Amino acid sequence: MASSSDLNRLTISEAAERLRRREISAVELTRACLDRIAAVDSRLNAFITVTADEALVQARTADKRLAGGDAPAMCGIPLAIKDIFCTRGVRTTCASKILENFVPPFDSTVIAKLREEGAVFLGKTNMDEFAMGSSTENSAFGPTMNPYDLGRVAGGSSGGSAAAVAADECLASLGTDTGGSIREPASFCGVVGIKPTYSRVSRYGVVAYASSLDQVGPFAKSVRDAAMVLRAVAGQDPMDSTCSARPVPDYVGALTGDVRDLHIGVPREYFVEGMQPEVEQAVRAALRHYESMGARTIEISLPHSSYAIACYYIVATAEASANLARYDGVRYGLRASAEDNIALNERTREQGFGAEVKRRIMLGTFALSAGYYDAYYLKAMKVRTLIRRDFERAFEQCDVIVTPVAPTTAFRLGEKMSDPLTMYLSDIFTISVNLAGLPGLSVPCGYDSDGLPIGMQIIGPQFSEETVLRAGDAFERSGAVASRRPAL
Amino acid sequence: MNRDAYEAVIGLEVHTHLLTRSKLFCGCSTEFGKGPNENVCPVCMGMPGVLPVLNRRAVELAVRTGIAAHCEIAPRSIFDRKSYFYPDLPKNYQISQYETPICKGGYIELPGDGNPRRIRLVRIHLEEDAGKNIHEADSSLVDFNRSGVPLVEIVSEPDIRSAEEAGAYLRELRNILRYIGASDGRMEEGSFRCDVNVSVRRKGSSELGVKTEIKNLNSFRFVEKAIEHEVARQIDLLESGGKVMQETHLWDPIREETRPMRSKEFANDYRYFPEPDLPPLVVPPEMVEEVARTMPELPAAKRVRYADDYGLNDYEVGVLTAERETADYFEAVLPGLNNPRTAANWVMTEVLRAANESGRSIAEAAPPASEVGALLRMVEESKISLNAAKTAFAAMCKSRKPAAAVVEEMGLAQVSDESAIAAACDKVIAAEPGKVAQFRGGRDKLFGFFVGQVMKAMGGKANPKVVNEILKKKLAG
Repeated sequence: MASSSDLNRLTISEAAERLRRREISAVELTRACLDRIAAVDSRLNAFITVTADEALVQARTADKRLAGGDAPAMCGIPLAIKDIFCTRGVRTTCASKILENFVPPFDSTVIAKLREEGAVFLGKTNMDEFAMGSSTENSAFGPTMNPYDLGRVAGGSSGGSAAAVAADECLASLGTDTGGSIREPASFCGVVGIKPTYSRVSRYGVVAYASSLDQVGPFAKSVRDAAMVLRAVAGQDPMDSTCSARPVPDYVGALTGDVRDLHIGVPREYFVEGMQPEVEQAVRAALRHYESMGARTIEISLPHSSYAIACYYIVATAEASANLARYDGVRYGLRASAEDNIALNERTREQGFGAEVKRRIMLGTFALSAGYYDAYYLKAMKVRTLIRRDFERAFEQCDVIVTPVAPTTAFRLGEKMSDPLTMYLSDIFTISVNLAGLPGLSVPCGYDSDGLPIGMQIIGPQFSEETVLRAGDAFERSGAVASRRPAL
Repeated sequence: MNRDAYEAVIGLEVHTHLLTRSKLFCGCSTEFGKGPNENVCPVCMGMPGVLPVLNRRAVELAVRTGIAAHCEIAPRSIFDRKSYFYPDLPKNYQISQYETPICKGGYIELPGDGNPRRIRLVRIHLEEDAGKNIHEADSSLVDFNRSGVPLVEIVSEPDIRSAEEAGAYLRELRNILRYIGASDGRMEEGSFRCDVNVSVRRKGSSELGVKTEIKNLNSFRFVEKAIEHEVARQIDLLESGGKVMQETHLWDPIREETRPMRSKEFANDYRYFPEPDLPPLVVPPEMVEEVARTMPELPAAKRVRYADDYGLNDYEVGVLTAERETADYFEAVLPGLNNPRTAANWVMTEVLRAANESGRSIAEAAPPASEVGALLRMVEESKISLNAAKTAFAAMCKSRKPAAAVVEEMGLAQVSDESAIAAACDKVIAAEPGKVAQFRGGRDKLFGFFVGQVMKAMGGKANPKVVNEILKKKLAG
C-alpha cells in the first residue's frame, strides 16, 4: 500500500476503490498531487496554470458526495486538463500569447461532464500552441520536458498532459489529438493514451485546430483508467452536431484479458527504413507476445499511407486557417494598439501567434485560395477518401492493426525545431488514423537503450474502442513489459 | 447619343431574415430592437471552441420559400465557410452555402396585363447574418445581436430589364415572403436587403456586358433610382468610348448617385470550403411534403382566381392581393354575398382607408370581416342603404359591435313599406304642383329632385328602389 505521500502514484481504479471505502479522502489525494506538482513541475513545465485552491474546494465537495455513498466513478479523482479545453472562470490559453488572458465564460462539454461526476481539476497543461506541433516546444509558455530525460521533449501537442501523468502529478489527464497529439506524447512519456473514433467525444468548447480531425481523449497510467475516463467523457452532445448519438458502451467491462479471437493486422508500410531499430524491435516483440497469448497476426497493406502527411497538412491547415481567423483583437484575447481595423487585425495576429501557427495559417490560406483549391484542398479530400478505404479493406481481414506510434523515442529539445518537415514526420504513423476517423490507442511496449519509453499503436475500425482497449489491456496485464517510473 | 439603343441587364440578390424565434446556429433570441449585445452567447460571439447547431425552423422556412418560388429542393445540401475579415463577423468567416444550396432554380411571376412575366432564380441558400458596426467620433463599436440571425439569399438570373421591373420583382418577392410567413420584409430594419448587379448591352445582343454591383440599398425607391442612375452612367461611359469596370459601387442616398468602393473594401478571395462542424443538411421528402401541404395560396394564383371567379380587373386584383392580410380579409367578407365586387369595392375603399388613416393593421383598424360581410348583405338585401352602411361601418370600427346591433341602435334600417313611401310621394307631389307640371311637360331631369324630396321626407331611410318605382307611377299620373 502506498504511503499517504505516494497517493498521487495511484491509478484511478485503485484510488476510486480507496475513496469509496473512505480509506483516503479526495482532499488527501488532491494534496498529494498538488505537492508533487510543487516539487517537480518547475523542472517539467507540464502546467501552464495550476488551480490549487479551486481543486481543494472541488475535493472537499467530492468528499461530501463520497461520504453520501453512490458517487460517480470519477468523483474525487484529480485530473490535469490540456489548456485547449474551455474552463469557466479559469483562463484557457491554448499555449498562445493571443489567448494569454482569455477566461472563458463557459465550460466545454467534456469539462461539464467531469465536473458533474465530481472530478477534481488540478490545472491546465502545456501544449504546442493551438495544438500545432509534435513536441510541445511551440508553446508561448516554454517547452515541457520529458520526465524520463529532462533534455528531451515530452512529445506533442498534448505534451503537458502526457508528462503530468508520467510524473504522477495527477492520476490522469485530458488531451486532444488531431494528427497524433495524444498518442505520440503518450508514447514518448510511457503512458497510455487513446484517441477515440472521430465524433465519439464532444468537441464543444475545445478550441478548434482542425475540426474534421480533432478528437478528445485521455492519458492514463493504465488502459483500464483510460477506459474509465473515456466512458465518463464520451457520448452525444446537443451542442456538437458532429457528435455521435451511439450509446457509450461499458469500456471497462470489455477488458476481459482475452485476445484469442483477435486477428492483428501488421501493415508493411509502417515498418519503414530510417526508423529507430529499437522501436521496430519492441513492436515486433509485442506482436510475438500477442501470438503467444493466442492472437493471430497477418501482414496487411495500407497502400496510400505515404500520402497521409501531405494530405493532412492541407486538410488540417485549411481548416485551421478559418478556425484561427477569429483571433482578431476585436472581442477577446490580445489586442494590439492600432489606428484602424485592418492594422488591428494584422498587428494582433503578428504579435499574438507563434511561428508554427503562422506557418500553418499561411499554408491553409494558400491551399484554399482561388485557383489553388482544386489542386490542393479538393485533391487532399480525395486522398483522404482513399486512405479511409485502405483501412476499410484492411479491416475485412483483421480486427485491429498494430503499428509503432512514432518512428523514434523522444528526441532532444531543439533537435527538430529548425526543420519543420522532419518534425512533421514524427506523426507519420498516427496521422492516417485521424484522416480515417478511427480509434487509436498508444500503449507502452518497451524502452530503448537510453531508457526512453516506446509506444505501440493499436488501431481499430470506427467505434471499436472496446476491442482496441481490450487488446491494449491484455498486453499491459500480461506483464510483457515491466512498468517503470521516471526517476525525477 | 441614343440611350434607347441599349437595354439594361439586371440581376438581384435579396437577403432576407427568416422569422424564427432563435438564431440559425444557437438559441439566442432574434428579437429586433434590444439593447446592444443583449441577444448574444459564446456561439454567436465566435468564442474559441464553440460549434454551430442548425435551427430546424430556419430550414423549414427556407424550404417554404423554395417551394413558393417553384425551386427544386435539394435533398442534401452543404454548408460552407466564407472567409473574410470584418469586425462585425465574429468568426471572420460566415457559415453559408456555396456549391450546393438548399434550393435551386425556380422563378418569381410578376403581375402583368394578362401576360405575367417570369424572373428566373439561380438559387436560394441559407446563411447567418453578421453583427453591426457602429462608428463613433473616435472609436467603433460592434453590436452582435444580429450575428447569427438566419437569412436566405435569393439570387435571380439577370432577367430583369428595367428599374421599374426590378421594383416589381422586389415587391412581388417580398409579398410572397410575407404570404408564407418566411419574412416580415422590413427593409428599414434591415430584415430585407438587396444588392443589384447591373450591366448594359446594345439591344438585340445576347452577350452580357461587364457588370457592376451596387450595395447599400435600403428601400425599393433607392433600388430603382440606383439602377436608373447606374444604367445611364454605363451607357454614357460606353458611348463616350469608355469601358465599364467590374467593381462594387455604394449607393449614396443623399447625392442620389453610386460611387465605387475602395478596392480594400471588397477585394476578397472568400476561400470557400465545406463547413466541417456541420453534417450535410438533409431535407427529408416528408418535410417537403408537409411544407407543400401547408402552403397558402400565393399572390400569383390569387390574381388568376380573382380575375376568373370574381370578374375583378387588374387594378382591383392588384390592390386586393398586395398584402396577404388584405386578401384574407377580402375572402372572409365574401361568403353570403351575391356580388364579389361589392366586397372588393368595400375592402379597397372603406377597409383600407380605415387601416391607412389609423396607421394600423386591418385587423386592428377594421371590424371583423364576417361582420362587414353581414353589413354588406344588408345592403344587397336592401335592408340598409349604401350610405347607411358607411355610417354603420365607421361606428363598427370604433365600437366593434356586430353589424346588426349597430344598424339597429343607430336606426339605419331602410323603409321598404310601400304605403309609407306612397304617402310621402303624395305629399311631395301635392307640395310642388309647378315642378310636377314641368316634369310632365318633358323635363325628365326633375325626377331626381322628386326622389331627393321623398328621401328627405323619410329621413333618408326609404328604399330608393321602391321610391323610384312608386314615384314613376304617380308622376306618370
